[in-house]
Amino acid sequence: MTTSYQLKRVDFIFKNENDWEEVLSKSISRTPQELINELISSELKGRGGAGFPTGLKWKLSSEAESDVKYVICNADEGEPGTFKDREILSQVPYKVLAAMAVCGHVIGAKEGYIYLRGEYFFLKPELNKVIDEFEYYCREINLDFKIKIFMGSGAYICGEETALFESMEGKRGEPRNKPPFPSSYGYMGKPTVINNVETLAHTFTIFKYGAKRFYDLGVQYSRGSKLFSVSGDTPKPGIYELELGMSLSDFVEEFGDGDTKAVQVGGASGFLVPRKRFGETAIGFQGKLTGISLPTGGSMMLFNSSRSMFNVLDNYLEFFREESCGQCTPCRVGCQQLLKGIKAVKRGEKNAHYLDKLLRLAETMQYTAKCGLGQSVANSFTSIVENFREEMIY
Amino acid sequence: MNPVSELIKNLADQHGRERHNLLPILQGVVEQEKYLSEFSMIEIARELDLPAAEVYGTATFYSFLEHKKMGKHIIRVCKTITCSMKGKNQILLAFEDMLKITLGETTADGNFSLLQTNCLGFCHKAPAMLINNEIYTELTPEKVREILSSYMKKKGGPHDN
Repeated sequence: MTTSYQLKRVDFIFKNENDWEEVLSKSISRTPQELINELISSELKGRGGAGFPTGLKWKLSSEAESDVKYVICNADEGEPGTFKDREILSQVPYKVLAAMAVCGHVIGAKEGYIYLRGEYFFLKPELNKVIDEFEYYCREINLDFKIKIFMGSGAYICGEETALFESMEGKRGEPRNKPPFPSSYGYMGKPTVINNVETLAHTFTIFKYGAKRFYDLGVQYSRGSKLFSVSGDTPKPGIYELELGMSLSDFVEEFGDGDTKAVQVGGASGFLVPRKRFGETAIGFQGKLTGISLPTGGSMMLFNSSRSMFNVLDNYLEFFREESCGQCTPCRVGCQQLLKGIKAVKRGEKNAHYLDKLLRLAETMQYTAKCGLGQSVANSFTSIVENFREEMIY
Repeated sequence: MNPVSELIKNLADQHGRERHNLLPILQGVVEQEKYLSEFSMIEIARELDLPAAEVYGTATFYSFLEHKKMGKHIIRVCKTITCSMKGKNQILLAFEDMLKITLGETTADGNFSLLQTNCLGFCHKAPAMLINNEIYTELTPEKVREILSSYMKKKGGPHDN
């Protein structure tokens, strides 16, 4: 990757070609092995934020032995600053449904669920209509695959895949221990593929155009394009499909308001990057070619110099304190203490060195919390406190 | 038969009586009743043959499954970062001013409850809110007054019921 990388707009996801029936029927005439290989060679990684290779996920579930398997579309889009999945489900829902059916064909599942967050209830009537149309077509081509919507009820943690299963099983949305992983023990204890909405939409692109079209976009380790949800202090908030691997300075050049002080990459559970690091930060998965490379579910929140980073952190911690499921101590107590701690420092009840203690607490949470929520609180906490220490104190 | 018990029985007939049908049933009761009373939770437990504590534990986990009596219209103003930066507090003040209640309260006529919620996924159109399942975005205090007036008119004024 060169440093002169420019932002490249891509138009795959929202391209409306009305050929999902053809893509679906053509795809299911291919063998599961062929389809898995197509996905693996595209190097598509999960677009929900964690970045697990999608082809491998499907392969593992296809190899699991069970009469009953499930395909689940994770539409519990709750990360602050993310709003792309809703747009996919309202603009091109049939791509997601077709991708779920292809996944069902690959792994041997006859049932699919869309776990839709309660906040998006207003999408349900329209989505149900599309599902009816979809199932009508499935019957026409003798494909035994059904999709149902399962509504969430306002719990961020249910976006964590095992918490989502628990929720669907009628329980509190508390994450399970891993392993076992969903590919062998998912919903109702059956092998399950659970993919983010956008990931499924990308598989549609890959099945339609072939892996190469997708692979040719992006950079090493971060292939393809990605939807970015842009918000905050920007003159053009919205959803943009961009090639992966861009540098943050190019991004800010395009989307900033000329006074960008910091960008939060990956939502509240992601990292805050201060202005001095824009140049060395790339957006992608783990490629360390130009310095830091940040994975992201696509949430990009810009802050200009009028914003107090204390208020930003305070807002995030309040969020985590409420959304922690309370199951494990590091996260339940840690979130509360971090929030209390920064307030105490700000009020002058604790001296500045207390921030170092809090940083160690955040690190402990990273190592000991049971799931991604508790582990990732340290991402934003540490990046904000280390880069804007003076704003935490004065 | 008590109308709530009947509702619960119908919901159980519709969704099933297994543990994995619990959430849709809880949601169905909240849709009708706006909240889950102790009585509803015990009835659901009976209908599904589950310990009442399990039903209570599940119900109270989810922020949209209210277990306190709520108004007919539940207003949920997003308080997460972008909405907070783009004037969420002015939106709350506009509501408090018009409804004469503070955050967390319900109007005396039982028509409106004012709550905050976490990220609604409309950060690009902040500030945002839900009134029941309807989404409203790019709010201003003026817009809030218009929206609220239309709700009050629709229901024949705040003293309707």
